[in-house]
Amino acid sequence: MSEEKKIAAAELLIECRKLQATYDYLPFMTAIDYPEKNIIELVYRLQSTATNETLMLKVELPRDKAEVSSLISVWPAADWHEREVYDMFGVKFIGHPDLRRILLPPDWQGYPLLKDYTDPNMIKKPVTI
Amino acid sequence: MSELRTEEYHLSMGPQHPSTHGVLRLILKLDGEVIKEAIPDMGYLHRGVEKMMENRVYIQIIPFVDRLDYLAAMNNNLAVVLPVEKLANITPPPRAEYIRVIMCELNRIASHLVWLGTFALDLGAVTPFLYCFREREPIMDLFEMAVGSRLTYNYIRYGGVASDISDEFIRDTKAFLSYFRPRIDEYEALLTENPIFLQRTKNVGIIEAKQAVAYGISGPMLRASGVRRDLRRALPYSVYDKFTFDIPTGTVGDCWDRYIVRIREMRESVKIVEQALAGLPAGDFKIKVPLNLKPPTGEVYVPTESPRGELGFYFVTNGTNKPYRMKCRAPSFCNMNILQEMLKGWKIADVVAVLGTVDVMLGEVDR
Repeated sequence: MSEEKKIAAAELLIECRKLQATYDYLPFMTAIDYPEKNIIELVYRLQSTATNETLMLKVELPRDKAEVSSLISVWPAADWHEREVYDMFGVKFIGHPDLRRILLPPDWQGYPLLKDYTDPNMIKKPVTI
Repeated sequence: MSELRTEEYHLSMGPQHPSTHGVLRLILKLDGEVIKEAIPDMGYLHRGVEKMMENRVYIQIIPFVDRLDYLAAMNNNLAVVLPVEKLANITPPPRAEYIRVIMCELNRIASHLVWLGTFALDLGAVTPFLYCFREREPIMDLFEMAVGSRLTYNYIRYGGVASDISDEFIRDTKAFLSYFRPRIDEYEALLTENPIFLQRTKNVGIIEAKQAVAYGISGPMLRASGVRRDLRRALPYSVYDKFTFDIPTGTVGDCWDRYIVRIREMRESVKIVEQALAGLPAGDFKIKVPLNLKPPTGEVYVPTESPRGELGFYFVTNGTNKPYRMKCRAPSFCNMNILQEMLKGWKIADVVAVLGTVDVMLGEVDR
């Protein structure tokens, strides 16, 4: 039911403008951090409300220069998802009109969902199972 | 005399405002009483659940999601259990699936009741609030009987449910349903044709169908705009394909439509619970699943229909006993995105009505 497709970051906006004709609905997008591969992977879940066809669109970004064009112009739903990914992973969305932190305070340092994020207040508790 | 200075009026609504239902703050830029711009400010309840999950084994995840949408904890339990079961190839026994549906639909009624009561209260009608909480109480009692707790259940587990339901539970649930059905008419008698209520909600905060889809709206809000999309029907999960129920939709997409869709959904939920109780199969309520669950490497997402919309957990696993990444697709978070557009041009008093019909749950917005 759900397909998967990998595309290059540079083609994202052009490709999505074409995909929008089929997939009119963007339930969510998110990011996953892979420090050992030195990439941040963006995952977009696209869906058609008419046929329920689903596509998982994946874009790999280099960790040290995580920038990609914003999809707000294609799906307005991307607005807060992109802000959240920026907040948690530090990915910059070029063309986003209001790229601010959304859940964390504006003066927060660092991007917590990166795997190498540390904070002096973090407590490492061993899992006993 | 120096010249008089004029300045845009900014009003900070919340985070302690009673009608923001938790800790949402709205920064309203006003022209007189008319809203020129509304900027939602969230994060006051951010607990970093997604980060915490990277350091928790799978069985520890379930109690955490109870606390995301605490008015519909059962639906959250189900949403987090389904993807892990799919990945680890666990098939729960049929009795467990039916119990899950009963619990989720009862929880949907309870959640809608809290919504209805507080929404009417926001608009100045005190009586519906008392009525709604009167009917929510027996649902909480039912949950207490079956689960042991009244708000955060941790009941739906990998491979089934935590405990079997008793004959008393079935008897009391049936009694509750026959008691509850006429109560919905009572709420409707108070609100549906009430002239004050109509003036506050009719044609206020309209979302058109196309706009709703583009903004990724889901749940009752999307259906109120006339899009017939319910994930229980569109992408059936658990055993929802075995039941017959209608999908109520609105026509205009205003506050009144969002109200009537939720009212009708309660009636449909009653139908589903009745069918599930009638068809409840005998047998086991769970299968044996290792406590230290290690799903294979992969990624999975199962969307479910929570009382607020599409709720799903996106898991990326690496074969260990902890998820590599867990993303929560919270319906309130996505539904609130459109608030900035919706509020433009309305008066301050309408903010309460519009915000009320979005049915925000800050626990899952901030995560």
